[in-house]
Amino acid sequence: MTAKSEMSLADRPLGNALRVVAVDWAVLDEGEARRLRALGIDSGAVLKIAHRGIFSGRDPIAVEIGRMTVALRRAHALAIKVEDAPDEGVHAAGHSASEYVK
Amino acid sequence: MSRAPRTIALVGNPNAGKSALFNALTGARQKIANYPGVTVERKAGRMTFASGEPAELVDLPGSYSFEPSSPDEAVTRDVVMGRQEGQRRPDALIVVVDANNLEQHLVFAQEVIALGMPTVVALNMLDLAARDGLVLDPKALEESLGVPVIETVAVRRKGLTELTAEVAKVTEQGAHEPTLPTHVDMVERRVSARAMAKGAIISETKQRRLHRGLDKVLLNPWVGPVILFALLFIVFQAVFAWATPFADALEAVVGLVSDAVVANFPAGLLRDAVTEGLLAGVGSVVVFLPQIIILFFFILVMEATGYMARAAYLMDRLMAFVGLSGRSFIPLLSSFACAIPGIMATRSITDPKDRLTTILIAPLMTCSARLPVYAVIIAAFIPARSVGPGIGLQGLVLLALYVAGIVGAMLVAFVLRRSVTEGGVSGFIMELPRYQVPRVRDVAIGLWQRGYIFLRRAGTIIFSVTIILWLLLSFPQAEPGENQVDASIAGQLANGLAVVVEPIGFNRDMALSLIPAMAAREVAVSSLATTYAVASDDEDETAEALGPRLVADWTLPMALSFLAWFVFAPQCLSTIAVARRETNGWKWPIVMLTYLFVLAYIAAGATFWIATAAGL
Repeated sequence: MTAKSEMSLADRPLGNALRVVAVDWAVLDEGEARRLRALGIDSGAVLKIAHRGIFSGRDPIAVEIGRMTVALRRAHALAIKVEDAPDEGVHAAGHSASEYVK
Repeated sequence: MSRAPRTIALVGNPNAGKSALFNALTGARQKIANYPGVTVERKAGRMTFASGEPAELVDLPGSYSFEPSSPDEAVTRDVVMGRQEGQRRPDALIVVVDANNLEQHLVFAQEVIALGMPTVVALNMLDLAARDGLVLDPKALEESLGVPVIETVAVRRKGLTELTAEVAKVTEQGAHEPTLPTHVDMVERRVSARAMAKGAIISETKQRRLHRGLDKVLLNPWVGPVILFALLFIVFQAVFAWATPFADALEAVVGLVSDAVVANFPAGLLRDAVTEGLLAGVGSVVVFLPQIIILFFFILVMEATGYMARAAYLMDRLMAFVGLSGRSFIPLLSSFACAIPGIMATRSITDPKDRLTTILIAPLMTCSARLPVYAVIIAAFIPARSVGPGIGLQGLVLLALYVAGIVGAMLVAFVLRRSVTEGGVSGFIMELPRYQVPRVRDVAIGLWQRGYIFLRRAGTIIFSVTIILWLLLSFPQAEPGENQVDASIAGQLANGLAVVVEPIGFNRDMALSLIPAMAAREVAVSSLATTYAVASDDEDETAEALGPRLVADWTLPMALSFLAWFVFAPQCLSTIAVARRETNGWKWPIVMLTYLFVLAYIAAGATFWIATAAGL
């Protein structure tokens, strides 16, 4: 169950609340890594996949985070490791642990 | 008291409503140029303090942080830090934050405020916040940020007086000890942004239902593309159909002016320079103004509503096949009207290599200047018969020419991304902004700017080019009984060119028409008409009269070869000039010219020989 509950964002179904547990920054382009962090996509963020394409890899991916919708590609999503989170709204990284551990 | 006017800069996240605030504060008196050495647009305008003192307001590119991840963001940082060449360091900053997305926007706002420069925060788009059931306490925000916070609704001009008054006040007070800690990282800023937002939000309801509902339909993987293509169909329809009466009217005006000049001035070289050079040349480009205005109307509305980012999202997968991203879609779409606005629109592409690739393939999109050429040749050589219910052969050939351009562009992009513009897999990370009702005023200002830039270009580059071509065509003067075109320098050049293009089936007249067509493709038509001594200035009439002459003189393979040539040939000096400006040098325009001429030569040659072999 652990293996399944902690996997890459790329393979998750639409609509589930997912908490980012780690991002493999090394595999991402430096500018893109900065852009993702600037949008709050970092460890601790809770997000949802809202939309996906239909063709190979079902690219691109639209995720909801905070009050934003952000488009990214499967290549980025593969570097983002997530686990299931209770559905209490999506938010960016930077929340104190007490806020979402209930 | 005389001192240089104050410089005030607007900073903030993308989609914070900065541009709307900028428009509201400065009106249409804006100056758009490039920062020296980079192709990032510098937007500046004049605002006035209550004291009557004028100040320069600079709208800086939207940024997420002072750690830049695009050339735009680097400019924002450099201007604010006073390191940008050609820009005074601002005396004060207005940080624009979207009231609806405080948690995100306060991260960068803190970074800016921590500089200790005179700063005012504009808490913008409060109307949308209220619509979403969000009630805010600006005083609480002011307390936690340590700088004045003014509520604004840029699009309704609300809070503008208070904002300028506060900016004047902090500017007088000058720099101060930072009110926020300076050495913190982004994660810590996120934590405090969250706390500040929480403290400032009095009440909020659950999120944006309208926004979600629209995305459910517009981003749906099946329905979304259908809607996008329906919309594109309407845009194309509009660009080509609605523009016609205006273009005809403009053409008529140019014709009237030309007639008036002929009637009122003595015959001579000067008069010819005005009518044949200036009016004919610049006139032939200005007639595209209606199309460009209509195209930009749709683009600006799509941008203002937030749909454009969705179009990029929907097209991303398709563009990824050839190594580009969804961001290249809009510039390429614009290029169907004219490559000039298309190349200018590549500025929104963050990745430099993506942008360069897009610039290089933009001229392959079938622009409207090719239509007159296609129309003349197709009407003359392709029989108007039907090849299926509702499908005419002529229309089919026209469609094939468009498709040839698109397929060519995709293949070239594919090759370029693996050779000349090789580099990191182009990514696509893009915030999809909230949907908004576009404001007439902002769209109008945008249209005015695009139209002005286009006309200014027609008035400078295209003007000089047409005069040079006219000189080449007019000197040396012909002896009596000799054809002026044959006697001219251009005529001599054509003799040389004819040898080069003979293997691809072109005769000397075709070679000659290519020379003036360097200014703009459609000039090939009037040039052929001149050569075949058809006395008419009007391109449509020319087309009718020219047809039989062409059929008498050319074979079908020659005509097809001519069409194939124009699919690829970079016969547009304005495009080259814009490419030079947008790439900051001659290297890439020369690459563009070379590869396009080589492709044109191969395509025309292959078409000619295959058609000949097929016995056409």
